[in-house]
Amino acid sequence: MRLSTNYMGLELKNPLVPSASPLTEKLDKIKILEDNGASAVVLFSLFEEQIEQEDSTIEHFMDYGTDSYAESLSFFPQAHEYLSGPQDYLENLRKIKEGVDIPIIASLNGATPGGWMQYAKKIQEAGADGLELNIHYLPVDFNESSADVEKRYTDIVSWVKSNVDIPVAVKIGSRFSSLPAMAKALEGVGADALVMFNRFYHPDIDLEKLETKRQIHLSHSRDIRLPMRWISILRGNVNMNFAASGGVHSAKDVLKLVMSGADVTMLTSGLMAYGPELIKTIEADLITWMDENEYQSISQMKGSMSLIHSPKPQTLVRDNYMRTLLDFQANNKF
Amino acid sequence: MTRKMVTIDGNDAAAYIAHKTNEICAIYPITPSSNMGELADAFSAQGRTNIWGTIPTVEAMQSEGGAAGAVHGALQTGALTTTFTASQGLLLMIPNMYKIAGELTSTVFHVSARSLAAQALSIFGDHSDVMSTRATGWAMLAANSVQEVMDSALIAQSSTLQTRVPFIHFFDGFRTSHEVMKIEQLEDEDIRGMIDDEWVIAHRNRGMNPNRPVLRGTAQNPDVYFQGRETVNPYYEAAPELVQKTMDRFAKITGRQYHLFDYVGPEDAERIIIIMGSGAETVEETINHMNASGEKVGMLKVRLFRPFSIKHFISALPASVKKIAVLDRTKEPGGAGEPMYQDVITAFAEAKIEDYYQFEEMPNIVGGRYGLSSKEFTPAMIKTIYDELNSARPKNHFTIGINDDVSHTSLDYDPEYRTVKGEVFRGLFYGLGSDGTVGANKNSIKIIGEGTDNFAQGHFVYDSKKSGSTTTSHLRFGKDKIQSTYLIDKANFIACHQYELLEQFDVLSKAEEGATFLLNSHLSKDEIWGALSRVYQKQIIDKKLKFYVINAVKVAQETGMGMRINTIMQTCFFAISGILSKEESIAKIKDSIKKTYSKKGEAVVEKNFHAVDQSVSNLFQVDVPTTLNGSDALRLIVPEAAPEFVQKVTAEIIAGRGDDLPVSAMPNDGTWPTATTQWEKRNIALEVPVWEPDICIQCNKCAMVCPHAAIRPKIADEKAFDGSPATIKHVNARGKEWEAGSEYILQVAVEDCTGCNLCVEICPARDKSNLSRKAINMADQRPLREAERANWDFFLDLPEVDRDNIKHASVKGSQLLQPLFEFSGACVGCGETPYVKLTSQLFGDRMVIANATGCSSIYGGNLPTTPWATNDAGRGPTWNNSLFEDNAEFGLGYRLTIDKHQVHAAELMTLLKDDIGAELVASIANASQANEPEIFEQRMRVKQMTDIVEKLDTPLSRQLLSVADNLVKKSVWIMGGDGWAYDIGYGGLDHVLASGKNVNILVLDTEVYSNTGGQKSKATPLGAVAKFAAAGKPSGKKDLGMMAMSYKNVYVASVAMGSNDAQTVRAFMEAEAYEGPSLIIAYSQCIAHGIDMAKGMDQQKLAVESAYWTLYRYNPMLAIEGKNPLTLDSKPPKKHVREYAMNETRFSILSRIDPELSAKYIEASDVAAKEKYEYYAKLAAISYDEA
Repeated sequence: MRLSTNYMGLELKNPLVPSASPLTEKLDKIKILEDNGASAVVLFSLFEEQIEQEDSTIEHFMDYGTDSYAESLSFFPQAHEYLSGPQDYLENLRKIKEGVDIPIIASLNGATPGGWMQYAKKIQEAGADGLELNIHYLPVDFNESSADVEKRYTDIVSWVKSNVDIPVAVKIGSRFSSLPAMAKALEGVGADALVMFNRFYHPDIDLEKLETKRQIHLSHSRDIRLPMRWISILRGNVNMNFAASGGVHSAKDVLKLVMSGADVTMLTSGLMAYGPELIKTIEADLITWMDENEYQSISQMKGSMSLIHSPKPQTLVRDNYMRTLLDFQANNKF
Repeated sequence: MTRKMVTIDGNDAAAYIAHKTNEICAIYPITPSSNMGELADAFSAQGRTNIWGTIPTVEAMQSEGGAAGAVHGALQTGALTTTFTASQGLLLMIPNMYKIAGELTSTVFHVSARSLAAQALSIFGDHSDVMSTRATGWAMLAANSVQEVMDSALIAQSSTLQTRVPFIHFFDGFRTSHEVMKIEQLEDEDIRGMIDDEWVIAHRNRGMNPNRPVLRGTAQNPDVYFQGRETVNPYYEAAPELVQKTMDRFAKITGRQYHLFDYVGPEDAERIIIIMGSGAETVEETINHMNASGEKVGMLKVRLFRPFSIKHFISALPASVKKIAVLDRTKEPGGAGEPMYQDVITAFAEAKIEDYYQFEEMPNIVGGRYGLSSKEFTPAMIKTIYDELNSARPKNHFTIGINDDVSHTSLDYDPEYRTVKGEVFRGLFYGLGSDGTVGANKNSIKIIGEGTDNFAQGHFVYDSKKSGSTTTSHLRFGKDKIQSTYLIDKANFIACHQYELLEQFDVLSKAEEGATFLLNSHLSKDEIWGALSRVYQKQIIDKKLKFYVINAVKVAQETGMGMRINTIMQTCFFAISGILSKEESIAKIKDSIKKTYSKKGEAVVEKNFHAVDQSVSNLFQVDVPTTLNGSDALRLIVPEAAPEFVQKVTAEIIAGRGDDLPVSAMPNDGTWPTATTQWEKRNIALEVPVWEPDICIQCNKCAMVCPHAAIRPKIADEKAFDGSPATIKHVNARGKEWEAGSEYILQVAVEDCTGCNLCVEICPARDKSNLSRKAINMADQRPLREAERANWDFFLDLPEVDRDNIKHASVKGSQLLQPLFEFSGACVGCGETPYVKLTSQLFGDRMVIANATGCSSIYGGNLPTTPWATNDAGRGPTWNNSLFEDNAEFGLGYRLTIDKHQVHAAELMTLLKDDIGAELVASIANASQANEPEIFEQRMRVKQMTDIVEKLDTPLSRQLLSVADNLVKKSVWIMGGDGWAYDIGYGGLDHVLASGKNVNILVLDTEVYSNTGGQKSKATPLGAVAKFAAAGKPSGKKDLGMMAMSYKNVYVASVAMGSNDAQTVRAFMEAEAYEGPSLIIAYSQCIAHGIDMAKGMDQQKLAVESAYWTLYRYNPMLAIEGKNPLTLDSKPPKKHVREYAMNETRFSILSRIDPELSAKYIEASDVAAKEKYEYYAKLAAISYDEA
């Protein structure tokens, strides 16, 4: 039974990769994930804001009020060199690389082409095996066209790809006018893999305080259907690897996604809900299922249910919508 | 040896040597010496070692007295030990200094000499402090410049180890301590060359050690004390020669030769000035100029002032001298003369008697005072002194630099006299504290000083306010050594970094002909001329100025620099000043940016580079027309309606002409009128709150949190608004307590507001259809200014609300009471002043305030204007600041007087009861004054009584009238910060609490020494980064409230207005009503927390929600009633301390320095917070039922 898979040139012993989250921030936790069978880990993200703004913020507050009044020309000691967020990230990455054997994919999260992209190079220098560019962008400018938005993605990827040698995955959201065209464009600028999809956390309203509030909901197995559909559409049509993200909680989820065309499946919510042992459980269940169903390897089933290989391709496209509605009508007692 | 050239200030130079040559530094902050302790602490935190390879231990103490004690102990056990101090701090060390000298102990104290608090406190430089230690037996070595500070610090250290005489090494506060100069840095090898290890070992061997026990500190009796005192004489006799040898040894190493007394001038000079300190530099500059013009004048620099070697002194002077002026930078009222003058006279007399007199005739020696509190001391003044020495009988005991029209001591001088040659670059840069002008200039000095062969000097002047303060940078560069230790008054380069400053004072008054003028302006090169007033147009034309403009704000915004214009203005300065070529200067700025920001990432560096490039392309020279078309003049300093004193004195100080005020204009005993901030319209807010009456719920929370009393509510009859200005707003008053037709008005003093945003943040009322709109919102100040000025005047004329109709113990009610503390110079968003203002609203008309030195004494009493105000009846708080350490005792003294005079008044009333009437006497004597109406009634009764007594005109009646005021309740308030209450003043505070006397103590707890720039106190919490706790404070905050509660008879409250304003008001009311000692500990956010000050109240809320701060009231009256005296006002904690702490740089920075330690501290803080809450909850839950 071979669970191994190749993701962006990285030979992984199984398709189970914890995605970027607080679980993948520190060495001790990553070690636990490794011990439980994770084949690679996407490191907690370094954010554009951390690079561009956070240090300015600290600098602002350290400087605020200085050189204004003769008795208090400063308010903080000048003793220490402090680690900026990015430096801290690189330092942490180095430490993690030394402490574990599995590949480490660093994650850089940003949306505006700019100086923060330089950190791709530094991440490579710090020893990352791969880089996941998480382009998390919410357009609110009414003058920005869909073409402008797409260019933002390709500009970032293009710059990063021409400045690093390690493989680069691009994590995107699902909302594009034409996801296949977007995927093609990203392939064109050299992306090695697509991670599908980013989850946008939609804020809620606090009726007591009358203000918006942040809320994070963990994903559920049913959420895999979105990446499943799109991976199956793209698989074989663009020459990139695919990582499915969002809703992977069980071996069944993994099997479905791999059959749709995913090279790896990424986990966070499941790990939060069931603990790091989930990886072991999924791995064991995968073996059992593959054994029962006489599959030899993961690569054997990879993309077996993609659009181009699906026995019923129409169910993956518009036809599916119509039939779903008809089914609904038939079962409706209203 | 090639040594490194560095551009540093005097404090840095002293700290550098002190840290290299000591093992222990016991420190305590005091301006202007604080930086030395901070630097020593920083050096150790960075792991820097002394020359023997060990990192010196730096221990912050609770007071200078404590620091001196720790130093004494460390010395007695054999460590090389030092401290840094100034002013009153040095005075607190005097008792130990006698001991240290009496025990012949080697040490150097580095002192940035500062004025002593007399008629007023002053943080600035003179020799009053060091002169007060003359009798202690310490050697005193003066340094006159930054280079000399570094050199003398080492000479002193070497000398003390050889002579066993302890040394004060001093230099002038601010002028030298804060002046940035390019100097040669001594290397470790130089330092080692000056200190023999055997001296160090001998010092250690003198230390106490149980292996070779000794006993010191005996009590000696009349039989032997005297003889014991005389044993030290040989050491003092030997010391001068040893110091000279040390100076010679230093010269061999560095090439810089010093003498105990350095004579400068021709060998046949007849007129000589004798001087010590930074002023000597200017005297030397002046005599060089005078002698080059054919005069023959000399000067003597006194370096080793104690032990005063008469022989060395006499031999240093030329035999030709006929007239001597001895200049002292201190004043000893009532003395035969100032100290150095007396020493010189003595020296001449003794030399004559002892027969080593070398002069043809006894010179005419006069003494003079100069430069007190950093008063300017210029070549013009020095020239005048030499001219005075030409007269047959030069004036003795003269003053220079002021106009003394009272005692007529001053010499008149011609301010136009100058010595400086044209090739010296003299630049004046006007900016705001908040715009980074000073930082940029310090950087420019570094670039020019360290990157070229130019000499460089920077001196920075700050105004007296903590918010919206103006800074003036004085920069000199030149090929020759710079000895001008005075401000630039003729500049060949002037930069105005803020357009608004053009309105406030004449920024071109010091421009010389042909100077360059750089202005940051929102107007283009074509628009600017028409917008300038004639004052400027005329000067630009007449003085033929080269005029440049840049819209630095626009460039900053476009290049992502936000409001930081400093790099842009710095680039422009380099581009047009011609000190370096444009290309070279840009390369050097970029190099400096790279050094500063490279660790912060490419993005920040690139952003700054971009700003530099854009600066040059947006800098334009203005084609200066030849005609004047501008508006007339600068605005009036104070309105015409201001009182005479304000017009004549206060306004002059505001206008920057305080130096010109004569002695007669000054109150002679430090008494100043209150209520004068109202006349100083500062207009510092870019945005101010605008009220929306339709949304407002009239809760008055905005007024409660306003640090500057700039937003105020009133209730007035609708008729009162007849004839009101067109834009005034008011709305029906909410609440049953108001009669029909009552109107509510919330008025903003837009010219006094600092734009802190606290009111908008706290406002709970929102537009139901647009939740981003509140009942107050910020808007640009400028368009509102004129209309709101009229509205404010109208508002002030509306009658105050009748205090009897208001519930004082509520937020809404308390804020309808007139604040008698207004428009202080406190920081934007200050967390202290809302509490201070609240006390003034509740009790202002009967308050007597003792204020510990610190922020509150600065915003409460720093000239030019005074924020403590009066009501319509002319009553209001009366305020004084004694010292830092004695404030509780000072306030207790008030109470003792009031109580004594109350008793005596009652006694006198009894003696006069036949005239007054027994019934009235009894009603006054027995009156309850538990609340304001009762106090009002008592005031009426006392008035009735004094009306009768006034007519008696007998000795007894006159006695009674002088104390009768005390029959009406007065409210004694003792205020100060945590540095005072938890540290330096704790002993006194504890004693006053234990006294049982009726005083109210308000601790404005910012958890750090705010006024001196953020040093840790015992109120600083676990894990907070502060100065002297650079790696996070490893211990928790002292529970001052619990300590006070242990007395059982002390009212104690812990409050945080932003969390529970109603509890705050209740606590203040209860504290004042309690007839014993009360202690209120008030959470006060501060710049030193590193927060967005607009969110200060949110932080208070989080502090309480996480139990970081606990709200409670402990009222002994409840215990008397058989109830539990403790009321816990905090709800059970629902947040982790992390949620509070990580919003504050003081905590979050540690997570960047040492993430693991930070996490450990935060976790421990949370555990401690919850435990404290549980403990208080249990105490509050104890049943006091007797059953």
